[in-house]
Order: sequence, then structure tokens, then C-alpha cells
Amino acid sequence: MPANKKKHDAFARLADWLENGAQPLDEEIGESLADEAYEEENAAEKTIPSVEVKKQTPKKKKRQERHRRKRRDALTVGAYADAWWYRVTAFIVCVSLVGLLLYGVVRMPLFGNADTLADSEVASFYVTHTLEETGAVNIVTGIILDYRGFDTLGESHVLFVAVSSVLLLLSIRGEKDEQERLLESDREQRTEPDHDLVLQGGARLLLPLVLIFGIYIILNGHLSPGGGFSGGAVLGAGLILYQNAFGYDRIGKFFTYRTFRAVSVSALLFYALAKGYHFLTGANHIPGGIPEGTAGAILSGGLLLPLNIAVGCVVTCTMYALYTMFRRGAF
Amino acid sequence: MLRHVTELVNQHLDEVAALILFGVGFTMLLLDKNLIKKIIGFSMMDSGIYLFLASYGYIGGLRSAPVYTNGVTDPAAYVNPLPAGLVLTGIVVSVSVTAVMLGLTVRLYQRYHTLDMDEIAEQIRKEGK
Repeated sequence: MPANKKKHDAFARLADWLENGAQPLDEEIGESLADEAYEEENAAEKTIPSVEVKKQTPKKKKRQERHRRKRRDALTVGAYADAWWYRVTAFIVCVSLVGLLLYGVVRMPLFGNADTLADSEVASFYVTHTLEETGAVNIVTGIILDYRGFDTLGESHVLFVAVSSVLLLLSIRGEKDEQERLLESDREQRTEPDHDLVLQGGARLLLPLVLIFGIYIILNGHLSPGGGFSGGAVLGAGLILYQNAFGYDRIGKFFTYRTFRAVSVSALLFYALAKGYHFLTGANHIPGGIPEGTAGAILSGGLLLPLNIAVGCVVTCTMYALYTMFRRGAF
Repeated sequence: MLRHVTELVNQHLDEVAALILFGVGFTMLLLDKNLIKKIIGFSMMDSGIYLFLASYGYIGGLRSAPVYTNGVTDPAAYVNPLPAGLVLTGIVVSVSVTAVMLGLTVRLYQRYHTLDMDEIAEQIRKEGK
């Protein structure tokens, strides 16, 4: 049994990878050249009684060899991307798919045709009932935070899970990777715009506007076009601009990993509790029992405004966290 | 015949543009070996679908965006609000998926020092599968 048998067990390799991180490339290749799969298979063959080996005609052996190579090639996904038959087939598949879809699409109702879609029962139901049932002036907000509030809860969690998995993926590092990371951060310190006057001046001018606009979109989400998702994206962009212009130290004073964790987790928890309350009160509509106010006022629509704020917090944190993690490799 | 086809395409300009965007993204996904470009192709496919859905929410005539004005609750006064909600959901999910794909790509690059899928496959093979 070869000593490096362990290396061929996928789980053992994964555990090894998690423990020690990625090895430098040449080392790894050197290691793997020493115990190439090929050799091992040959070694396995040698254990077969020699009589049997002798029985095999050279032709048969050749065929076996070819078969083995084919199987090995089939294991490596993507290695055929250069082959002409792959490119031709892919091209034909793409062209015929688009052609088929085009053929179907030109038979669909005309663009902007009132007769086909306005009569759709679901759409007219929403337009007729959203105002009285949810108190939202913006119909889309009424739909996504009230009628489909549970779906939006899942959506916010999808964002959070994405950030968590990226954080997990980027923080798997071994000792050798650590050196590489230091090199990277050194390089970044040299290339990062340090006190860039144009950037800082532009940021000073733009940032208040961007942040106020983002907050306006979130707070006014149930009254005008917008809502938690779009406003959160604007706020996140503002934070990214701040980080680029003034550096990590300045933004670290008010937005760190702990802030990110606290804000997004409490926002998600609040959403989940509101949704649980909604289930407890009969799962009809989110505002159950909460004064709705007059439609059109900023404090109206029951839970729509708090939910928009919660979603906005989650999206802001997600945008900023994703950017920072991809830029620095860590939060 | 040709005139017929041009007429059809002219009538469905939005959908055709969306489909071409989708097709370009799909071709990129299949034919490009660079992982980052595959992700870009994937995002382009997403955009094509969103454009398609959103264009079907539009209804011509004197209809306003789906925000109540002057308390009118007549369905004939507004465009279809449903595709907007659906596309919003789709965009959020595609942002998450793109982030995870990019994270995986960063890991692959850190381990294999290349973005070429063929080379990565080659190295995996050399490692001893």
C-alpha cells in the first residue's frame, strides 16, 4: 500500500487542504509527479500474479492502456474546451437555442399591448386591492413586503448566506498563504490611492448626497419607487466610495466586522420576528393589529416601513462586506 | 419573406434584444475557458432574462408606474406591477450567486495560480485522481 494513499481519498485531501491551506504550486506538482496516478496503477498491476500478466497479448495491453487514458481524460471536466468538436457543438447549440427562442418570442403578444396582460387576473387583483389591504402606495412594495413577505425574508437570508460563504471561502488560509497575503496587502498599500485629492474632493461633495438619497429611498419605499433593496444598494455604494477615498482606517472607526455582524443579524432577526408575529395573527397581512395610518403619510402601511429599513440594513451591509472581502481577502 | 421577418423583429425589438443578450451570455459560458469570463457570461444571461420579464410588464397607452396617484385603484391606470417584483427577487439572488462564484474562483486561483479551466483540470489530473 503506497504511503500517500491518503492523498487519493477526497475527504482526506479536503481536510488536508483546510488544515494546511494551498501549497505553493511547484512544490505540489513536484510531489504529485512523484506519485503520479499512472505509477500507482502500474504498481497495482504488478501485484497481479505474473502468469496472468504474461497471458495478456500486447494488443490487449495496448487497448487497456488506451481505455485507461480515456477514462482519466473523462475525469477532468473542461479539458476538452480546446477540442474543435466541442467548440463546434457548443456554437451550434447556442445558435439553435437562440433561434428556437426567437421563433417562440415573435409569436408572443406585442410589446406594450394592453389587451393581453392587463386582463391578467393576478395583476388586476394587486392593483385593485394593495392600497386598502396593505396601505402601501407603491404597489411593488406592497407585493414584495406584504403579499410575498415570506419570500423576501428568504431573499434577505440568501444575501446573508452568500456573504457568509464568501467569508468562509476567503478565510481558508494556511501558513504559506499567510505570506502571500502579506505580500498582497503590501502591494495594495503601494497601489492604493493615498490621499488622492480628486477622489477625496469628489467623495466629500458626493457622499452626503449619496447617503441622504439612499436613506430617502429606503424610508420612502412604500410611497414612491424604491424600497429596501434599491436604497440599500445606494447606501452600500456610498460606503464603498468612502472606503476608497479615505482608506480602511477612517471607515474602521464606525464600520467594522462587528458592526456588520450586529446590524445584519439584528435586521434579519427583526424581520423574522415580524414575520412570526404575522403568522401568529392569522397570516393574512403583515400590518395585523398595527395602526395603518393614512395612506401617503410616511408613518403608514403598518410594518412596511420597519421592514424596508431592515431589508435596507441587510443590503447595505452585504454590498459593503462583499466589496471589502474581495478587495482585502478578509473583513 | 425577409420583409416579414424584419417586421416581426421590429415589433418585438425588446424581446429580441433580451434574447440576443441571453445568447451572447450562454455562448460565453460554454466557449470561454476563463472562469471570470464565464461568470460575466452568466450575469449577461441574467440581465437578458430580466430585460425580457420587465419589458412584458410594460403596457402602452397613458398608464403610469405602479404607484397610486390621486387614489385611483383602477387596474387600467397602471402598468403591470408583477414583473417588477419578480425581477427584484431575481436580481438579489443573482447578486448572491455571482458573489459565491467569484469567491470560489478566488480560491481556485489561490490554489492553482491560473483562471484557465483547462489548466486547472490538468493540474488536478497531475495531482493524482
